[in-house]
Amino acid sequence: MALISLRQVEKVYRMDGVEVRALRGISLEVDAGEFVAIMGPSGSGKSTCMNIIGCLDRPTSGTYVLDGTDVGSLDDGALARLRNRRIGFVFQSFNLLPRTPAVENVELPMIYAGTPDRRARALAALEAVGLRDRAGHLPTQLSGGEQQRVAIARALVMAPPLILADEPTGNLDSATAGEIMGVLDGLSRQGMTIVLVTHEADIAAHARRHVHFRDGRIVRDEPARARFAASGGTPR
Amino acid sequence: MTLAAAFRIALRAIAGNPLRSILTALGVIIGVAAVIAMIAIGQGARRATTEQVQALGSNLLTVFAGTAQAGGVARGDPVQTLTADDAEAIRREVPQVTGVSAELNRQAQVVYRSENVVTRVVGVTPEYQRVRNFRPIRGEFITDDHMRARARVALLGQTVAQRLFGEADPIGQPIKIRGITFAVIGVMESKGATSFFDRDDLVLVPLTTAQRRLFGVRHVGSIQVQVASEEEMPAAQEAVADLLRRRHRLDAGREDDFTIRSQADILQVFSGVAQTMTVLLGSIAAVSLVVGGIGIMNIMLVSVTERTREIGIRMAVGARRRDILLQFLVESVALSVSGGLLGIAIGIAATRLISQIAGWATVISAPAVLLAFAFAVAVGVFFGLYPAQRAARLDPIEALRHE
Repeated sequence: MALISLRQVEKVYRMDGVEVRALRGISLEVDAGEFVAIMGPSGSGKSTCMNIIGCLDRPTSGTYVLDGTDVGSLDDGALARLRNRRIGFVFQSFNLLPRTPAVENVELPMIYAGTPDRRARALAALEAVGLRDRAGHLPTQLSGGEQQRVAIARALVMAPPLILADEPTGNLDSATAGEIMGVLDGLSRQGMTIVLVTHEADIAAHARRHVHFRDGRIVRDEPARARFAASGGTPR
Repeated sequence: MTLAAAFRIALRAIAGNPLRSILTALGVIIGVAAVIAMIAIGQGARRATTEQVQALGSNLLTVFAGTAQAGGVARGDPVQTLTADDAEAIRREVPQVTGVSAELNRQAQVVYRSENVVTRVVGVTPEYQRVRNFRPIRGEFITDDHMRARARVALLGQTVAQRLFGEADPIGQPIKIRGITFAVIGVMESKGATSFFDRDDLVLVPLTTAQRRLFGVRHVGSIQVQVASEEEMPAAQEAVADLLRRRHRLDAGREDDFTIRSQADILQVFSGVAQTMTVLLGSIAAVSLVVGGIGIMNIMLVSVTERTREIGIRMAVGARRRDILLQFLVESVALSVSGGLLGIAIGIAATRLISQIAGWATVISAPAVLLAFAFAVAVGVFFGLYPAQRAARLDPIEALRHE
């Protein structure tokens, strides 16, 4: 069964009285264990799609089923619970709490889940990303790559089935970006489902499936290896 | 999220910016301190007056000239119907009476060399010290000889002695009252002061001297009547009234030209005044507490705006709206509670200081402290609710995008 299942999803915003159709009927299935890159220019609807997959937003119409749960019928509290248990977010700008040590940032999802032994679990998650010795450091005392690895530890600590990474290397130099992608590759090899948003081809190359967005629609959905063969650009 | 977790987050936020936290809580600190100090002063005044009136004995009647005055204390003598002969008649003819003190009470300037004060000059009889239970600490009291001779002798209250003579011994020294020279024959014991009445700010002279030499009158201002026991007070009051109506030749249809008050009446009046003062001072202080609450709301609103991104992050990792509401509500309550606790400490210290500097009696009552504290907590909840709701209603996507 698909981990993510979007069927004819539309999203319409009203901004200053003007209707903006951000998504115009998206259908997408992602199976457990896949590593998918979502690509497309800005304004193509890929961010809106990520927000819906991430349960931060609801579709205007269509259905979204995450891990067997129909998200459209849930209230805010249930959405928060889904984000807490089923999804790990990795953001472009890291989004760590300022003035808060790394280990406490990693503990954050567990505070809302009411998990016991938070400190031990957070330290274990930091160990997994190689930052056990930086646990007491504040975000400002960490390099960009280290901050993003703390964010990944935070995303993993609840052991969710899905990692959503929104331009995770956008604020990093290419060497550090390679390190971070190495961490994601490792997770993928262990069977983690990863959905990655990027507009950089070499970052997208780490994924095994590419989904291209344009004007609120999916214009191409293909295996990564077919990328060069399909450069002629025939939309499916 | 548990309350303990919310509390830890709040403490981190408060401790993260100590100066701002203190300034935010300052309104509540001052408010709580003010409420505690003001109520302590009001209650102190009430207790002191109550004690003073009770110290005079519950078996004392006071006869004033004129009809009932609000508050029972008439300054100057608008009606001149009461005389020393009335006092003598009460002593002779009312069987329950054990002592009578006729008094004439006026403001006057008193001078010693280059020092001068304006004080209460009271013309009294030798019985004054027994009826009023107010005796000289040094020197001698006014005697019958002084009365007969309209002697120019005076006893000073502690406050007047201090102001005119400082540390020097006043006994035997000449002072001038309204330009007439008097010899100081004694200094009275201290009766203490409250925030609105100093009982040691007076000069005692023989009644006859006050009437003839100082003020040129024949009447007296009031007559204190000591009754044998408390049980006989109603009968005595009636007998005194009958006697005075007869002596003043008042027909059945006419009103009394005098007023008789028992200590209980006077106590009630003083107590009422002090109670009103307490409520008034307390309310003014409470207003500052409310203003303090508005200060907290203001900073919490700023804080919610500043921490919009933090709120977005928390929501993304699974915080529900009520978790965010709880977090900010706990923070504003923690601010007002710590402000309240600091306010209690400062309020008690300020009260002690006021007691020492002004010499006023104060009473710090536990209910007043609890009331001020509870009010501070309520202020924290009330003024914290709106900013917390604003935080909880944020859209997670917007909040995450916020710079």
